[in-house]
Amino acid sequence: MEMPIPDPAVLARKSRVQERLSAVLPADAVISDEAETRAYECDALTAYKCPPMLVVLPASTGEVSDVLRICHEEGVPVVPRGSGTSLAGGALPTADCVILGVARMNDVLETDYANRIIRVQTGRTNLSVTGAVEENGFFYAPDPSSQLACAIAGNIAMNSGGAHCLKYGVTTNNLMGVTMVAMTGEVIEIGGAHMDSGGLDLLGLVCGSEGQLGVVTEATLRILPKPEGARPVLMGFDDNEVAGACVSDIIKAGVLPVAIEFMDRPCIEATEAFAHAGYPMCEALLIVEVEGSEAEIDHQLSLIMEIARRHNPVELRESKSADESARIWLGRKSAFGAMGQINDYMCLDGTIPVSSLPFVLKRIGEMSDEFGLKVGNVFHAGDGNMHPLILFDANKPGDLELCEAFGAEILKLCVEAGGCLTGEHGVGIEKRDLMTYQYEPADLEAQMAVKDVFDPQWLLNPAKVFPLSVSDARRGVTPVAAE
Amino acid sequence: MKPENEAALAEMIRSANGPLTITGGGTRGMTGDGETLETGALSGISLYEPGALTIVAGAGTPLAEVHDALAAENQRLAFEPMDHRPLLGTTGAPTLGGVIAANVSGPRRIQGGAARDYALGVRFVDGAGNIVKNGGRVMKNVTGYDLVKLMCGACGTLGVLSEVALKVLPVPETSGTLVLQGLSDADAVDVMSLAMGSPYEITGAVHGAKVHGDETVTALRIEGFEQSVAYRMGRLKELFADRGAEIALLPAETSDALWERARDAGPLSNVAGDVWRVSCKPSDAPGLVARAGAQSHYFDWAGGLIWMRMAAGTDLRENLGRFDGHATLVRAGAGTRAALGAFHPEAAGVARLSAGLRARFDPRGILNPGLMGPVTAREVV
Repeated sequence: MEMPIPDPAVLARKSRVQERLSAVLPADAVISDEAETRAYECDALTAYKCPPMLVVLPASTGEVSDVLRICHEEGVPVVPRGSGTSLAGGALPTADCVILGVARMNDVLETDYANRIIRVQTGRTNLSVTGAVEENGFFYAPDPSSQLACAIAGNIAMNSGGAHCLKYGVTTNNLMGVTMVAMTGEVIEIGGAHMDSGGLDLLGLVCGSEGQLGVVTEATLRILPKPEGARPVLMGFDDNEVAGACVSDIIKAGVLPVAIEFMDRPCIEATEAFAHAGYPMCEALLIVEVEGSEAEIDHQLSLIMEIARRHNPVELRESKSADESARIWLGRKSAFGAMGQINDYMCLDGTIPVSSLPFVLKRIGEMSDEFGLKVGNVFHAGDGNMHPLILFDANKPGDLELCEAFGAEILKLCVEAGGCLTGEHGVGIEKRDLMTYQYEPADLEAQMAVKDVFDPQWLLNPAKVFPLSVSDARRGVTPVAAE
Repeated sequence: MKPENEAALAEMIRSANGPLTITGGGTRGMTGDGETLETGALSGISLYEPGALTIVAGAGTPLAEVHDALAAENQRLAFEPMDHRPLLGTTGAPTLGGVIAANVSGPRRIQGGAARDYALGVRFVDGAGNIVKNGGRVMKNVTGYDLVKLMCGACGTLGVLSEVALKVLPVPETSGTLVLQGLSDADAVDVMSLAMGSPYEITGAVHGAKVHGDETVTALRIEGFEQSVAYRMGRLKELFADRGAEIALLPAETSDALWERARDAGPLSNVAGDVWRVSCKPSDAPGLVARAGAQSHYFDWAGGLIWMRMAAGTDLRENLGRFDGHATLVRAGAGTRAALGAFHPEAAGVARLSAGLRARFDPRGILNPGLMGPVTAREVV
C-alpha cells in the first residue's frame, strides 16, 4: 500500500503547530504524546497503521474552525475522524498529519417533531440519534451495522447505508443540512430544515466525499415515525440462482420489503456453528422483512411466501412473534463474528445489479478455488450490495497479499457485471487504486475538480479516494511504499 | 443544434464559440440567451430491469415514453415529476433529462424523496466538451464523489446530460385520499405535521383553495394494499375527528385528479400574475404567507413547499425577508425575470463554492449563462 512520503518541512514545524493549536484548544484537546497518538494510528481497516503527527479533539464548530485555519496557514494535512469505524481506511493517518477527531462533539442541538428533523453535532453516534427521539415514536433510518459505534460525521463522509436502506435510502436521502468548516476555517451552512436546495446541490456533493471537502460539525437529519410493526420470513433454497430469481420476483410483485438479506452455504455453516440460530443447511438463505400494521404485515408476508413457494424452497419460516423474529435475525447479525471465529477475514463491499447475482456468485466460487482461499457471502440482496468475506491467515506470510489480490478481482468482477467498487464502505485507501477500473480519466478529473474548488491545496484527507498516481500533481508530493 | 449522439454533443460544445441554451422538450421555462442546443435526439431506453427496479435512458427521451415503459411492468417514477406545461403554457414534450436537470419532484417528494434521490447515474458533457460519467445503475454506490446529485438541479449549467439511470418503484395496489374541509393555514399545517408524524405513511399532504373543487381543503394521500389503505384512512379519520372539519374519504378514481392538480400548480394556472415557489420549514409556512402579500397560494409537502401567485413584478423575497429556505420565481414576464432572477441569491460561502464549480465545469461560461446566478466576470466567448 503506497502512502505519500511525509513532508519533512511539515514535520519540522511540529512544535510550532502544536503550540498554535494549544493556544486555541483546551489543554487535553491536543495530543502529541507518541503513546497516545498511537491510539489513532488506524481505523477499522487495521492492516495499515501510521501514528499521526498530532491529534486534536475540538468540542465546537468554532474550535474546528480555529484548528483548520491554523493547519491551513501551516500547510499541514488534516485527516478528519468520526469514531474510526471505517472499513476502507478512510481515517488512516500519515506521519505528517493532524487527526481531527469529532468525538467530543456529540450534543443534540434541536429536536423538532412537527417538522420531523433533529439537529446534532456530528460526533454523535448513529444509534444514539434514534435514542434521542424514539420515546416520541421516531427513528433515524440509515442503519449501518456499526451503528452502535459509528459517528454521524463518518456516516456523512461515507454516505453510509444499512440493511433497511431498500426502503429508507442511505445517508444522502436522509440528510437535510450541514454546518461545514472549510479547510481555510470558513464556516459554511448548506441546506437546512427545508427540503430542497435553492441552487446547486452542494449537500449531495458533501455527502460521501470521505472528509475531503470540509469537516462537517453539525447535521440536520430527517427523522421518521416508527412503523406500527415489522416481521421477517426466512426462506432456504437449494440453488443460488433460484434464490436470486425469488428476490427479483418479490420486488417485481410490488411488495417493497424493508430488508432482503442473503447468505450462502459457507456463511450459513459458519453461522450455525457459532450462533445456533436453527438455520436450515442449504445453498442460499433469504431473510425478508416487511413493515406496517399487523394486518398489512400478514398480507405482505403471505404474498411473499406465495412467491417463494413457486421457487420450491427447502424451508419457509414465517415469524409469528418477537421471539421468532429475533431468532431469524440472530444468525444474520452474528454472521461476521461467526466467520471471524474460523479465521481472519477481509470483508469486501461491492455492488452488482440484482440480475447478475447468480453469475457473480458462481464466478466468486470458481475464483475461490483458483486462489485457494475460502469465501462466505452475506449481503443486502434487495439492493445488490455484496459483502464477500474472504478467509485468510494473517500470520501466514503472503496470505494477506493473496487475499487482497483476490479481493481486487472480485471488485473488478462487480464492475464488469454493471456494478461498482463500493456500495457503502467507501473508497478510502482500500479501493483507491481500483478507481481506474470503474472510471475513465475524465471521470476522475471531474471529481478531482470538485476537490480543487473546496480544498485547493489538497490538505483535507489528501491521500484517499483517488489513486496516488492520478492525484500526485495536485498534492505536489511523491509516493513511497509505507510499512 | 441537435446532436445525434454523445460524441456529436461533445464536439458541438467543444467547438461552440458563444453561449448555448440547453433544451430538452422546452417545457420548463428554462431558456436563456444563446444558440439553442437540443437534446431530443439523445433518446431511447437502453436498459430496463423491472426486477432490479432500474431504468437507463437517453436524456432526450420523452417522459411519456418512460412512463409507458414503466406502466407496462406496473412500475413508475415514484418522485412524481411535475408537468410545467399547464402553468407556463408551454407546449413541448417533457424529457427525462429536463426532469433530472431541474430536479423536478411532485407531492410524493415528502415521503419518497426528490428526483435527485432516485438518480443512480448520469453521463454528461461538461462546458469544455469532456464526456463524464458518474454513479452507475445500482442502488448503492459510494465510489468517489456523488456528481449525480450535483447534476440534479444544476439546470444544465455544469454540463449537458446525455444519459440518466434511475431507480423506479412498483405502483401500489391502490390509493386513497382523506379530505378535510375549511381548516385555516395554521390548523392545516398542524394536521399535516401530525399525519406525517404518524405511522400511516402519508405520500402526499397538500392544503389550499382550489386544490380540489372550490372549497379550501386539506388532503392527505395514502397508498398501498387495499386493506391497508382502508385501515390507515380510518385511523387518520379518527385522529382528526375533533378538528371541527368535515372529513371525506376519496377513492383512487376520484383523488388522482386532485394530486395531478396539486402536482402541476393547477390552482395558480390560467390566472394572471407571477408564480413563485417557496421551499421552507413546514411550520414556518403560515407565517411566511402572512407576510408575503400573495394574491393566492397553496401548500404542498405538508407546508414545506408554498406555491404563491404575486402581482406581476413584485419581489417576493423582499416581502419575506430572511428565512430558512428559498424562493424561486417560476413564472413571470421577461422583464421581471431579468430584474429579479429566477433563483434565490446564495449566502456568500455557498455562492463562492457554486461559482468555483461553474468555473471548473464550464470554464468559458457558455452553458445556460446567467440562468442560476449572475453571469460572472469570466469572459463569455
